[in-house]
Amino acid sequence: MAVETSQSVAKAAGARSARGRGHRTDNTPGSPGPGRLRRALSTHWYAWSMVAPVVAVIGVIIGYPLVRGVYLSLTDANEANVERTIGINHIPATYEFVGLENYKAVLTDNVFWDRLGWTVVWTVSCVALSFTLGLVLATMLNRKIKGRTFYRMALILPWAVPAFVSVFTWRLLFNERSGLFNKLLAGGGIDAISWLNDPTWAKVSVIAVNVWLGVPFMLVAMLGGLQSIPGELYEAAEMDGATAWQRFRHITLPGLRPVSGTVILLSSIWTFNMFPVIFLLTRGGPGDATEILVTYAYKLSFVVSPRDFAGSAAWGVLILALLSLFAVAYRRALRKQGDMW
Amino acid sequence: MRRGIAATALVAALGLTTAACGGGGDNQGGTDSSGELSGTVTFWDTSNEAEKATYQSLAEGFTKLHPKVKVKYVNVPFGEANAKFKNAAGGNSGAPDVMRTEVAWVADFASLGYLAPLDGTRAIENQGDWLPQAAASTKFDDKTYAVPQVIDTMALFYNKKMLKDAGAEVPTTLEALKDASAKVSKKWPGKSGLYLRGDDPYWFLSFLYGEGGDMVDAKGKKITIDDPSGVRAYKTIKDLVDSKAAITDASDGWNNMQNAFKSGKVAMMLNGPWAIADSRSGAEFKDPKNLGIAPVPAGSAGQGSPQGGWNLSVYAGSKNLDASYEFAKYMSSAKVQQTTTEKLSLLPTRLSVYTKPSVSGNEMVQFFKPAVDKAVERPWIPQGNALFEPIRLQMANVLGGKTTPEKAAQETGDAYRKMLKDYK
Repeated sequence: MAVETSQSVAKAAGARSARGRGHRTDNTPGSPGPGRLRRALSTHWYAWSMVAPVVAVIGVIIGYPLVRGVYLSLTDANEANVERTIGINHIPATYEFVGLENYKAVLTDNVFWDRLGWTVVWTVSCVALSFTLGLVLATMLNRKIKGRTFYRMALILPWAVPAFVSVFTWRLLFNERSGLFNKLLAGGGIDAISWLNDPTWAKVSVIAVNVWLGVPFMLVAMLGGLQSIPGELYEAAEMDGATAWQRFRHITLPGLRPVSGTVILLSSIWTFNMFPVIFLLTRGGPGDATEILVTYAYKLSFVVSPRDFAGSAAWGVLILALLSLFAVAYRRALRKQGDMW
Repeated sequence: MRRGIAATALVAALGLTTAACGGGGDNQGGTDSSGELSGTVTFWDTSNEAEKATYQSLAEGFTKLHPKVKVKYVNVPFGEANAKFKNAAGGNSGAPDVMRTEVAWVADFASLGYLAPLDGTRAIENQGDWLPQAAASTKFDDKTYAVPQVIDTMALFYNKKMLKDAGAEVPTTLEALKDASAKVSKKWPGKSGLYLRGDDPYWFLSFLYGEGGDMVDAKGKKITIDDPSGVRAYKTIKDLVDSKAAITDASDGWNNMQNAFKSGKVAMMLNGPWAIADSRSGAEFKDPKNLGIAPVPAGSAGQGSPQGGWNLSVYAGSKNLDASYEFAKYMSSAKVQQTTTEKLSLLPTRLSVYTKPSVSGNEMVQFFKPAVDKAVERPWIPQGNALFEPIRLQMANVLGGKTTPEKAAQETGDAYRKMLKDYK
């Protein structure tokens, strides 16, 4: 929910500033009179003053940490050599600039490639499954059936529950000894499954939970997309004798493309960095079986001792670089297909 | 939704930071002209659910001796305490004045400059009364950074009735343990002999020591986990689980273990005195006599279990050092230790306390005191606590069948070599 709000707010702000600037260029060439100029300036000033808080906030909460993180990733900073103040004692920083050493160490370490491999599997399967499920459910709900509102509400429910609450609930359900799932299996005479203790089952479990959490977003987005497809197209297709599958394949899917392109990109980025599900469900375990890149970066800066700030920052920068690359490549691919966004 | 969470977390974090900054002010205090202590002492206690009520009332009892000092008691779960203290102390905001510190944390915190040295302060009272093993964990670089409060080691906890009904003897070796487990599973299909903590490396130490191994040799500056003894220890835990002598989990181990033991789903577990109070609250132990305690079953090289415990340390940045020293002294005093033994069966760190009848007559103390005397001391080095993480990872890999014991031992050793640069 919050996502959509923040998106639309960002868009509105952008639109306003664009309009402000457009106003000026439209008006100034005609008559450069002082009254007009002042008016243009005041419009301009107004637009910027509206944007200023956003710029300031983004600068403080994103810009500074980002620059600092990139800088730290080029040093050998850890818990024992950073600047710290303990009461009246001040211990100055003693870490040094080491250039690209950290990146070299990370990229030549198998740990990074192992984690990257699993992170990609995790992202692709989560996005693919939740997209497919969301699309199927949206198609099913996009018609007049009894109790449609009820179904829609029920399917959006996972969204209304805070993620950590649902993840903890799932953890209880998965518990090998006292969880509901194994009790049900035992009732059916099936051996208990080590949901979170067996590396493969743990991977299945975390994906299942994340899909459960991700489906409502897909569902809502897809429903919106479906409702924007003109009904005449379906009528015309029906007249021409197109089967249900043909209508879905040639009208629904192309009609959904602008929406699906965006939600797949967003969902991929979120899933790639989905810390809470992994951390709260398995803590990256058993062993490191479900550890994705962000949870490992967390481990470096909060669990190991002394805390490896530089190494963790290097992981963070690499994650950012990977996601940026992905976003750019994905946009290119979409643009080639003729979508604009 | 997701960004909503991030934003909420950020707002909450900012709120906490400002609250912490704002809260710093009321710590001012010290001694007034008459030498009376005043101000607030914030105490972070790490005792578990079953123990915390006792600790809270003891900590608040400090105000009876020093009416002008206010004690702010905060219970911080053991699993989070280390990280939370490092965040607060490193960020210079929100750290407590006094903290109940696990023995392996003292050198770690002290090496980072977070702890106040206590030599020559009022925190130390009658140092000759301290058990020598407990005193060792308070030192770093020849200075004392903590006062000992509780000492412990591990033992085999068993359900007397279950073992008897299954016709099993209390096992003294790992072989006997497997036999006893088999008898339990035979008598009650679906039940198991032993619960093995697969998610906490501290529980691995008994098996490692039982094979004659250790994590590192701190004196000889040598990494010993990848010796044949380390391989055998990994083999032992794998064998116990594979042969169905033990059940295990890769997460939620503490709760699963306590629930299984208290409800009679398993007959045995390895545990320490900190689990006595909680275990006795279970249905199987309504009669406290049903809870049996025996030494950890011996491995191929003999019997061994780690020495652990809790110290009290004072934050170097405390604004009220005098009262904090006094509070640490009070919490480690003979009287407080006697109470924790009487109420919780925890082992005191002062020799004089063991002479008290209520302490020497406690059957848990009678068992654990000789066990503590024989317990294996861990290396008290700053990295002592960090040595556990690689073991935790490899335990899960071995138990999950992802790696062989040989490879697990080798990889643990490699991880240690990254941490301990000057070790062989």
